[in-house]
Amino acid sequence: MSVNPELQGRSYAATAPYLVGREKVREFARAVLATSPLHHDVAAAQDAGYPDLVAPPTFGVVVQEHALARLLGDPDAGIDFARVVHGDQRFAFSRPIVAGDELSATLTVTSVKTLGGHTMITADTLVEDAVGAHVVTATSSLVVRGEE
Amino acid sequence: MSAPLASSLALGEVVAEAEFALSRDTLVRYAGASGDFNPIHYRDDVAASVGLPGVIAHGMLTMGLAVQPVVDWLGGDAGRVLDYQVRFTRPVIVDPVDGAAVTVVAKVGRIDEAGARIDLTVTFAGETVLGKAQVVVRLDA
Repeated sequence: MSVNPELQGRSYAATAPYLVGREKVREFARAVLATSPLHHDVAAAQDAGYPDLVAPPTFGVVVQEHALARLLGDPDAGIDFARVVHGDQRFAFSRPIVAGDELSATLTVTSVKTLGGHTMITADTLVEDAVGAHVVTATSSLVVRGEE
Repeated sequence: MSAPLASSLALGEVVAEAEFALSRDTLVRYAGASGDFNPIHYRDDVAASVGLPGVIAHGMLTMGLAVQPVVDWLGGDAGRVLDYQVRFTRPVIVDPVDGAAVTVVAKVGRIDEAGARIDLTVTFAGETVLGKAQVVVRLDA
């Protein structure tokens, strides 16, 4: 199996809205050893000017995961998941994710490059809120290791 | 809580340092919270079968914890993080008994009118595990 070079430029339909729950924000914050009260204490987050708990900066990966699953599960993509290694990750924010957000994610493959026996796939996942405003763009590069 | 002023920073200044102790429990907790259940993060036999020297931490866990000293420096206000990127260069191997210690040093890499780029050096066992780890933050002018 090898990666389909025609993936470049392909977009996948937006994921079903993901409702960001307070307990999920707290759980994720504990998991990444994030102790700021803004992740845990609603009053502290509101005192700082946010409507509800603020998610840690990498929380977007939870939403991005649903969009990436479409790419990885696309039979036409030719991606063998066991050979996938995470190369780069980036989050570019318009605003932080907060509890109560309903987020949808739209993934577009921006580049497919072959480097030696490996293929690097870069994809942008646009995360938008319930009114369609941009929240964060999560960019991932995945390296699909070649078969020896 | 308040964030530091952009005008009070110096290029190259270390603004935060931290050490994080990871154990297998940390990895299981992250797997549950993130939904990434790849067995290379909790099964030695599977890790060995794909050529790894042992169970490794999720790259996204390392990325997630590495930014925390910067968030703390920002007065706990994660909303001041405008952009955060890393490159995964080496795995963090988490020993079943001794775990793994990851250290983070955050330095000022660039200063703008109302913000800064903070460059992270993230190491495990004396080696850098994240490359080009940069956090762009909003500060008060």
